[in-house]
Amino acid sequence: MNPAVQMLGISKKFPGVLANNNIDFIVEKGEIHGLLGENGAGKTVLMSILYGLYKPDSGKIIINGKEVVMDSPATAIKQGIGMVHQHFMLVPSLTVTENVILGKENVKNGFLLDIKNSTEHVKKFSEQFGLEIDPDVTIESLSVGAQQRVEILKALYRGADILILDEPTAILIPQEVDNLLEAIKSLKKQGKSIIFITHKLKEVFTICDRITVLKKGNLIGTVKKDETNSSQLAKMMVDKQILETYEKKKIEQKDIIFKIEELNVKDNRGIKVLKSLNLEIKSYEILGLAGVEGNGQSELVEAMMGLRQKDSGKILLNEVDISNFSPKDRIKSGLSHIPEDRQKCGLILDFSVMENLILGSHNEEPIVNRNLVINLEETCKLSENLVKDYSISTPNIQTYVKNLSGGTQQRVVLAREFSRKPKIVIAYQPTRGLDIGATEYVRTKLIEMREQGSGVLLISADLDEIRALSDKIAVIFDGKIVAIKDPSITNEEDLGLLMAGGKSG
Amino acid sequence: MNITDIINIGLFTATIRMATPIALAAVGGMFSERVGVINIGLEGIMLTGAFTGVATSYYTRNPWLGVLASVFSGALIGLLHGFLTVTLKGNQIVSGTGINILAVGVTAFMCEVIWGSRGASESVPALNPISIPILKEIPILGDILGTHTPIVYLMFLIIFLSQILLFRTPFGLRLRAVGENPAAADTAGVDVTRIKYIGIILSCMLAGLSGAFLSLGNLNLFASGMSGGRGFIALAAMIFGRWMPYGTFGASILFGFTDALQIRLQSIGLLPPQIILSIPYIITIIVLAGVVRKSTPPSDYKPYEKR
Repeated sequence: MNPAVQMLGISKKFPGVLANNNIDFIVEKGEIHGLLGENGAGKTVLMSILYGLYKPDSGKIIINGKEVVMDSPATAIKQGIGMVHQHFMLVPSLTVTENVILGKENVKNGFLLDIKNSTEHVKKFSEQFGLEIDPDVTIESLSVGAQQRVEILKALYRGADILILDEPTAILIPQEVDNLLEAIKSLKKQGKSIIFITHKLKEVFTICDRITVLKKGNLIGTVKKDETNSSQLAKMMVDKQILETYEKKKIEQKDIIFKIEELNVKDNRGIKVLKSLNLEIKSYEILGLAGVEGNGQSELVEAMMGLRQKDSGKILLNEVDISNFSPKDRIKSGLSHIPEDRQKCGLILDFSVMENLILGSHNEEPIVNRNLVINLEETCKLSENLVKDYSISTPNIQTYVKNLSGGTQQRVVLAREFSRKPKIVIAYQPTRGLDIGATEYVRTKLIEMREQGSGVLLISADLDEIRALSDKIAVIFDGKIVAIKDPSITNEEDLGLLMAGGKSG
Repeated sequence: MNITDIINIGLFTATIRMATPIALAAVGGMFSERVGVINIGLEGIMLTGAFTGVATSYYTRNPWLGVLASVFSGALIGLLHGFLTVTLKGNQIVSGTGINILAVGVTAFMCEVIWGSRGASESVPALNPISIPILKEIPILGDILGTHTPIVYLMFLIIFLSQILLFRTPFGLRLRAVGENPAAADTAGVDVTRIKYIGIILSCMLAGLSGAFLSLGNLNLFASGMSGGRGFIALAAMIFGRWMPYGTFGASILFGFTDALQIRLQSIGLLPPQIILSIPYIITIIVLAGVVRKSTPPSDYKPYEKR
């Protein structure tokens, strides 16, 4: 039997980067094939070539034994290839059905859309593959997990036998991940071949049959799951071993430098999301905030930074109520913020590294002279130093931030925020979407801030991260802190129960 | 003076007449915006359409050929606008403004070349009003809708068909998808460039037809600058109508009404004509400032960059 996919000798060069270097990649029929590698290893590029989004500089693609020139997604679809992108390719205002049938519509009376028939079709598909969805609702009203199911349905509706899933779990909450992995297994049972792109080792071992590892555009190798283990894969994937635990100096925390008292905040719809929340952060402390997304974390961060109006309550920094301060004054008083979405809130992508580095201090000496003109010399010097100190791998300080990798972008944020010597660091999902190397860097930096005396509020969906870094763990549920735990004596089940609103045992 | 001198059946008949060019151009603008391209050149395309129609009718003595030529001139400008904004990924506002400026100059110049006057053309054969047999007999409604130039009826048909096209056909689905998330459409196998071109050209053809109404439907000559800002009012109508054919039509009726009212108020001489003349524009500004704040466009108006 011919393999489902054979990509042979694929090379692709972008200005300055060799994204794929002579890569062979073979997927057998009916297998779940993990494509593993750090960000920037060339996984997405390789799959974009398979899906006809990029043209390879050299190499050939053989689908089910026949050589195919993949010149467009339309060709790939015709060959039975479907791709679920990391960033969803859905039209928010259209319904599930409309999104699924887009480009391959059923027609009645010669020219009218046959929505009724299509809806039935979508329903049937969703039942057959265990991808539960209401076909009549619009995409914008769906959760991320549900949108992902729509993406998979879309591919299946187009007759996909080979399904590419690009980092499908990166944006899901743990329960959704389990559902997705179940669905993938059921797809395999029905004879589909699945390519699963990820950088999470745990998932690879849960569902993949074989694993291909890429590193910096090069093929490292393909291994069977049964013939390998995590540390071997990790070694193939990154240059150095992964830090499982983090060295932290034992420091006694005593001064409470930051305090939230009875904070009440509403969300955009006017619904109360923070309900008399109380929180204390000490200096030399990392306080982990654990919780299922949507329990008020975003609003808490916004209220702390002055991006959201409070209804009542106090926010005290060194016993001064800053809750009526502007964001600018809060930053001046010593708050710093690593936003959840670095591309939207943390950086201005169309600005250079240098410009991003001075955001927030752009109106202060020595960046400006007498509040008028930016002192370029000073700014360059400062930026060059930060680029060096934080190992920001950028061609130069004039490079647009949008051209940098996710990990490098986060370094720019860290460099800017930490160089202000903040008293309080609010780190909201600081490692989300980063590869292992970058994740480790961010974590080390957070510990460094702690050791320099800052109080760090670490909000993360990754319990392992919270447990590894925190001195204390606060659990948020339904807008309130429901428990404060010591990470050395609490376990994951206990935290999970609290996060779900239960009582710990 | 009597209130019925202003508000009477004639006012509503005039409303329909004045709403027609706005509605045609507005629905035109909608098709362009639905594929993610602003068509600020509506005004210029209307003017060009008005001129081309009259010139063609002048030479061929056939007003219908004139109308066809208007639509065709719109299609050509659409091709240009598409080339500049889609293929070359140029700035949409600059392209549209260029079209507007070009249209003013070229039509005035050609007017002088053909008829020896920059201000207006000679009279040419124009479209005769037609009456709809049964509709005409109905009291009031018959007076308002029964007898009009054929383009008025064409407008009704186009509004209706646009609604069907946009929301009930595969093409409409693709059109909407391309405007809102071209990458999604692309990965679904939809030819984004092609759909964008079609949307823009369709848009400009309708603006051209709107121009033909001004010169060959409503009058029988071309006067320089005769579009009189209606292209911009059409953009307001489109936004007010939330990029929906029926909504756009409703908004056009409102603007048509203010236009018709303005003409009536002028003939009575109650207020200085300068003030009365500005009524439709003031209403436009109020609508844009008030209602429009809340409507979100269907698109982000960026050229689609294939990754």
